Amino acid sequence: MSSAETSTSAGASFGGMAARSSAALNSDARISVRNLDFVYAPQLAKSLKSINFDLPERQVTGMIGPSGCGKSTLLRVLNRMYSLYPGQKATGEVMMDGKNLLDDDVDINELRARIGMVFQKPTPFPMTIYENIAFGVRLHEKLSKSAMDERVEWALTRAAIWGEVKDRLQASAMGLSGGQQQRLCIARTIAVKPEVILFDEPTSALDPISTLKIEELIDELKRDFTIAIVTHNMQQAARCADQVAFFYLGELIEIAPAAQLFTNPAQPKTQEYITGRFG
Amino acid sequence: MPSSDTPHIVRSYEEDLKRLRDMIARMGGLAERQVADSATALIRRDTELAAEVVARDAQLDLLEREVEAFCVRLLALRQPMAADLRLIVTSMKISSDLERIGDYARNGAKRAIVISSQPQFASLNGFSRLAHLVQENLKGAIDALVNDDLARADEVWNADQPVDDIYNGIFRELLTFMMEDPRNITAATHLLFVAKNLERIGDHATNIAERVHYAISGQILPDERPKSDSSAYAVVRPPE
Repeated sequence: MSSAETSTSAGASFGGMAARSSAALNSDARISVRNLDFVYAPQLAKSLKSINFDLPERQVTGMIGPSGCGKSTLLRVLNRMYSLYPGQKATGEVMMDGKNLLDDDVDINELRARIGMVFQKPTPFPMTIYENIAFGVRLHEKLSKSAMDERVEWALTRAAIWGEVKDRLQASAMGLSGGQQQRLCIARTIAVKPEVILFDEPTSALDPISTLKIEELIDELKRDFTIAIVTHNMQQAARCADQVAFFYLGELIEIAPAAQLFTNPAQPKTQEYITGRFG
Repeated sequence: MPSSDTPHIVRSYEEDLKRLRDMIARMGGLAERQVADSATALIRRDTELAAEVVARDAQLDLLEREVEAFCVRLLALRQPMAADLRLIVTSMKISSDLERIGDYARNGAKRAIVISSQPQFASLNGFSRLAHLVQENLKGAIDALVNDDLARADEVWNADQPVDDIYNGIFRELLTFMMEDPRNITAATHLLFVAKNLERIGDHATNIAERVHYAISGQILPDERPKSDSSAYAVVRPPE
């Protein structure tokens, strides 16, 4: 290229991307998944096949893939939600602080306080806004009234909904809009001060503006929390995630920094999926 | 990775991408023709053809604006990813290169009109070879984009050195003519600009090849490419 400045700037931006890539991969893993297999029932084929990846500390990992590819299953394995159902079995390792979360002796209630989850549909409890937050906190901690008030305000503030509800904390949470309910659920999740937050399509039931508010919130939350987000919206993964994992038929096909995966994926299957040329 | 052979699920998007390639191919074809006609007008002292080249440049400008608007539209409406994204962004930049090539060709044609009014003092063989080479490179770069041909793009990227060599030769030759007889200076100066224009067109063709390489492979070529333009360092000593 004759115009040196053009090629330099292109080189620089890609240098930046490479730096970000190594940062994503070198940063300490909060959770390491190794050789993870999962079956919904003994007679069924594996829903997850030998999955290996890390959730880097205080970064957002996006998970994309067609329906039934195993991404939601994986989230459910990470906080042992599958343990509710007999017959469902995960093997391999999900390591957090040197402990395999799949081991039988793991205290599931404590685990879920450390790894919180936000679902597709907002699921507020039929209680007051205040109680929606305080309820979960009480299960894990004994706080004085003033400390609880503080915690409720803290959680609602972090979830960017405090301003909208501070004058009606004693009103029912069911009266909130869908977007507000979802932020309330996020507040409820962070109120117990988890280390990892799993989002399972958190905005698929929301309007575009509420969606952007949640995305902004995720960006804000990653300063303190390690985040995994399953989404069907690739643009959302591109906007929110530091690294993105593409799943297909229970396998992890590719995991890479978001900019790399969406501009130059290494695997043909990823390319077909993200450009809309699937099968 | 080149764009997949599997068609897009949304047929109209597939058609849009094809239309974009066609637009670039059309623009490339027009730019090639402008370069060729501009050189022919110079060599044959054909002022009519030169005037046609000057007039035709507006078409390239129009096409550039069309490509740009179409790309912006695709970015806004299709949210392209991966190879599609690279093709669209690359097409936008290539259209600027092609528009620029058109400007150089038009400038060459304008100068050809002036030169044809001056006495001829030198053979223009070098110009014809130079024009032919850059035209080949331009065609190669555009063909590489249209056919997803990485090898062809790389070939063009590596082929600028002969262009520089011929340009250096012309530069030195014209200097000697100017030293011989000051009456040659007007025509020789215009010819120097024409040669420089052709050399620049060659550089834009390499630019296009570089962008095509990125569109197809996702990889950026290194900063340094084979070059041998040394005219920037040339010195002529005045007579004692």
